[in-house]
Amino acid sequence: MRTERGVSKMVKDLLIILISSSLVNNVVLSQFLGLCPFLGVSKKTNTAAGMGVAVIFVITLASAVAGVIYKFVLEKLGITYLQTIVFILVIAALVQFVEMFLKKFMPSLYQALGVYLPLITTNCAVLGIALTNVQKKYGILTGIVNGFATAAGFTVSIIILAGIREKMEYNDIPESFKGMPIVLVTAGLMAIAFCGFSGLL
Amino acid sequence: MSKNGKSGYTGGSSMERLYNGLVKENPTFVLMLGMCPTLAVTTSAMNGLGMGLTTMVVLALSNMIISLLRNIIPDKVRIPAFIVVIASFVTMVELLLEGFIPALYDALGLYIPLIVVNCIILGRAESYASKNPVIPSLFDGIGMGLGFSFALTCIGAVRELIGAGEIFGFRIMPEAYVPCAIFIMAPGAFFVLAALTAIQNKIRINGEKKGKDMSKIQSGCNEDCMNCGEEGCSHRFYGSSGKGNGKTGNAGGQAVKNADGKGRE
Repeated sequence: MRTERGVSKMVKDLLIILISSSLVNNVVLSQFLGLCPFLGVSKKTNTAAGMGVAVIFVITLASAVAGVIYKFVLEKLGITYLQTIVFILVIAALVQFVEMFLKKFMPSLYQALGVYLPLITTNCAVLGIALTNVQKKYGILTGIVNGFATAAGFTVSIIILAGIREKMEYNDIPESFKGMPIVLVTAGLMAIAFCGFSGLL
Repeated sequence: MSKNGKSGYTGGSSMERLYNGLVKENPTFVLMLGMCPTLAVTTSAMNGLGMGLTTMVVLALSNMIISLLRNIIPDKVRIPAFIVVIASFVTMVELLLEGFIPALYDALGLYIPLIVVNCIILGRAESYASKNPVIPSLFDGIGMGLGFSFALTCIGAVRELIGAGEIFGFRIMPEAYVPCAIFIMAPGAFFVLAALTAIQNKIRINGEKKGKDMSKIQSGCNEDCMNCGEEGCSHRFYGSSGKGNGKTGNAGGQAVKNADGKGRE
């Protein structure tokens, strides 16, 4: 009985994290992490979706690896203050490794995601999530769920933005607002819309 | 890269480096780099200034150390080496802030460790500090850092003024003014940046009409950022991969206006 309640509480907690990280505290629109790919790779819906999938893949993996390293190496040795240095190196190595692994063993997946992988190394969202997991004292599983949810939020918003940008292509935009400014205005309006989710929790 | 560096530096005083960072190649207003912290922490002028100065300290110190190590670090592993140097300084600064200025530490939160991935810092390390002597590199870092602080403070002040009617916590607007709170929330950051890039576009278009070379002014990853990793936005700063010293090498003294430095277009 007790374990059952424990499990259901855990599931509930994870669900809350899932919703709050993906929608309420959307990684791009309210935390401003990963802006570069968000603005840069959102011209077409299908490339945006590809980027989104790659981000989900890398962030979930990275939060798992960072969580394990934090728990079993940094905490054991009492060097948690080195987290920033360790995480950034681990993430850079991980992305390299994933790229090599996919190239060798899953060429079809590599074809689909390969272009996006190098972009993600410099994505501050990956490091941001690894650090958030530590800051909020999430366990490994919770951290993975948080990473996945955050990345899913990124994917949702980048696909929406790409959809809007595709429509906007044919609009008559003032000369000085062409290009980046109008995209930023769109992102701002999306951010207002996403503010509405804060009533969810 | 580090080998040809010795001859790459041909002039430019410390003051020139400061001017370059503050005005000519202002990282935010001209080059549009490091946008994540720019948007995230500029909810008030004070936060913007704090973030800017924190970044400046990291930038100046890491530039100095990287410049000292420029002939020791092998070319192939330079990026990881730079990242380790930068991350070490960020950790130090983070601990110092936590100890001595806890209010700022709480306000900036996650964005302090994220200074590591701020592309201004890696960009300066790669394009300037790894090719130039210590003193100019130090001043380059300070100049760029001051430019960044200046920009963040301005953006923060605008957002604070519209969003709360205050600047640095002092009431500016008359009592009757109803603050437009959305400007200190997330969407406001996008709108302010949109206005900023629009002004930039305007200046560039006007400048091009008059026949000036406006190639230096960039508006973020305006084009397709698909090549961001290999070239694209980082490339415009690094100016590497066979194009000589790129932009900053030129700014060091030789022919200044060189379209090659842009890389992307």
